[in-house]
Amino acid sequence: MNSLKIENLTASIDGQKILNDLSLELPAGEVHAIMGPNGSGKSTLSKVLAGHPDYEVSEGTAKLDGEELFGLSPDQISRLGLFLAFQYPIEVPGVSIANFIRSALQARLPDGESVKAVEYYKSLYAKMDELGMDRKFTSRSLNEGFSGGEKKRCEILQMSVLSPKYCILDETDSGLDIDALKEVSSGVNHMRDPNRGFLVITHYQRLLEYIVPDKVHVMCDGKIVLTGDKDLAVELENKGYDWIRSEVAA
Amino acid sequence: MTTQTNVNIDREKGNFHFDTDYAFDAGTGLSEKTVRYISEVKEEDPWMLDFRMKGLSTFEKKALPTHWATKDLENINFDIIRYYLAKGQTPSRTWDEVPDDIKNTFERLGIPEQERKFLAGVEAQFDSEAAYSRMKGDLEEKGVIFVGSTEGLKNHPEIFKKWFGKVIPTSDNKFSALNSAVFSGGSFIYIPPGVKLEQPLQAYFRINAENFGQFERTLIIADEGSEITYMEGCTAPKFETATLHSAVVELVALPGAKIQYITVQNWSNNVFNLVTKRAMAHEEAEVRWIDCNIGSRLTMKYPGVILRGRKARGEVLSIALANEGQHQDTGAKMVHAADETTSNVIAKSISIGKGRSSYRGLVQIPGHLKHCRNNTECDALLINSESETDTYPAITVKGSENSVQHEASVSKVSAEQIFYMQQRGMNEGEAMSLCVNGFVNDLIREFPMEYSVELKRLIDLEMEDSVG
Repeated sequence: MNSLKIENLTASIDGQKILNDLSLELPAGEVHAIMGPNGSGKSTLSKVLAGHPDYEVSEGTAKLDGEELFGLSPDQISRLGLFLAFQYPIEVPGVSIANFIRSALQARLPDGESVKAVEYYKSLYAKMDELGMDRKFTSRSLNEGFSGGEKKRCEILQMSVLSPKYCILDETDSGLDIDALKEVSSGVNHMRDPNRGFLVITHYQRLLEYIVPDKVHVMCDGKIVLTGDKDLAVELENKGYDWIRSEVAA
Repeated sequence: MTTQTNVNIDREKGNFHFDTDYAFDAGTGLSEKTVRYISEVKEEDPWMLDFRMKGLSTFEKKALPTHWATKDLENINFDIIRYYLAKGQTPSRTWDEVPDDIKNTFERLGIPEQERKFLAGVEAQFDSEAAYSRMKGDLEEKGVIFVGSTEGLKNHPEIFKKWFGKVIPTSDNKFSALNSAVFSGGSFIYIPPGVKLEQPLQAYFRINAENFGQFERTLIIADEGSEITYMEGCTAPKFETATLHSAVVELVALPGAKIQYITVQNWSNNVFNLVTKRAMAHEEAEVRWIDCNIGSRLTMKYPGVILRGRKARGEVLSIALANEGQHQDTGAKMVHAADETTSNVIAKSISIGKGRSSYRGLVQIPGHLKHCRNNTECDALLINSESETDTYPAITVKGSENSVQHEASVSKVSAEQIFYMQQRGMNEGEAMSLCVNGFVNDLIREFPMEYSVELKRLIDLEMEDSVG
């Protein structure tokens, strides 16, 4: 079975341990949510999986359909099929969205082949229509001066065009009003597919009303402490994270 | 010296060398004898020999400008340089007539192909003299002159003498004096009144011999209401020892004329590139320098415009890329000398590794002038924490009816930007390239298409090399 499988992962930054013996398996075709209080290591998990150079993995493995991710560079991991929608997408001045996505597609082609412009724009525009984005958007500099909603939509647009096997959404709901939240969620739901897995990191249950997960994991102090179905998210919202701490302690 | 056969394009594009026999060789070192030899070989009139001799004595008197410029200049050994090397034949009008070794060089650099595609004329200089020069037939009928400086002096003395040395005096600086003493090659262009060239004229300067100094002298006169775009490219093979390139370029834009002068240099990184470029813009004339400096060990170049006629306009758009071990010391000079003149300078520099880029800008607007404007923007991008950039603006604006605007910025490619881009699948080099291209993008849009494509490719290659 294809999956993104993390086993016994321990990772640190600047000598400080953030992930502590974490294990999690996301089968292709499923949506898993990760919830947890601030500082529990949720964003760190997404960065470690994406190969961020500041983090040191001291133990454990992460396999994407059987291929080990640790030891690979971020771009190799990306090309294997892992996409990370950033909580805070980075501005790249002077580089248009169209040019940026095209370069990302180009990086996936063998030497000597190049992205065909007509087909590229056709598919880009189709995806933008789906996300309710204005076509003029493509000529704007990547994330520069974007509103919170525009940034997140732009992340989903990239995800949609690059068509990865596994997608991590890192607090994609933060900074979104309800309309933007609905559009972004609908973009994600469009991409749900028996061959694709989603890891949705969020603080709030609200997002999970629109992107309904198959499983909900609760993360605390760098590890998964509780796993349940979508109702767990509701229970968590009602009882608060202190409840988890006491459950785990008990 | 060996002949390399396995050659790639681009930065490596220029790195090859064919053995060549020279009929004329001024030997090594610089003396009165060298200068006389050059003048004799070129069968020059006495006034030109006098001009050269004055250049030599000025050069000898002037100190290196190390009180403000880099001490690296002291590493130039003027005694081992060869000042004149030529085959001694007149420039050919067809590529078939060009000697094989020279023809092969330019073919490998893609010059004949570009000529067929989009150029109105080409001059190809090999070491000291033009090997090929030709322009489309209809331009000749209109009275356009496009030849090497040697031929210009010989065949069009009345125009040549009138303007030669009038924009840049011999004593302007040590290297303009040196050029005045030993110059050879370069272009001589005259565009008659009202003639507008739709396609660019191109010159290509190729250094082929080791320890060689290339001192071309270009003079462009655009008569009233005429328009011209001139483009120059340059390469040299990588030799063990330093090579000197020291050109003087003078432009004269008569009333209402427009000159656009584009440089895309891609010198190997042992070349000292010390060039003086200046234009004189008469009433309502426009001069625009587009200057792209990639490669070389040290480049010092500050294209300027003297705005001497009412409503004249001057512009410098420059991009400098300083890679490991390189220093790009570039900038602009805008001297306002008439009312309602405007000037615009946009300079972008990129420093990679231990590369250093410096911007020096001089703007002068005296108090008796009215309604003059200058806008200067200089932006620097640093790729590594070791990279260096510095800015030396010298702006003198007097008078209450003149205005000046100066903006400078320094930015860095951040590790988070690179991570973000890598997360989308680009490798580190591709990500940096994209950042750099984004940084210069708005400027490159101003360039003619063919050159913007070439320039982007050069930048990509530089970035790939720098990541290794």
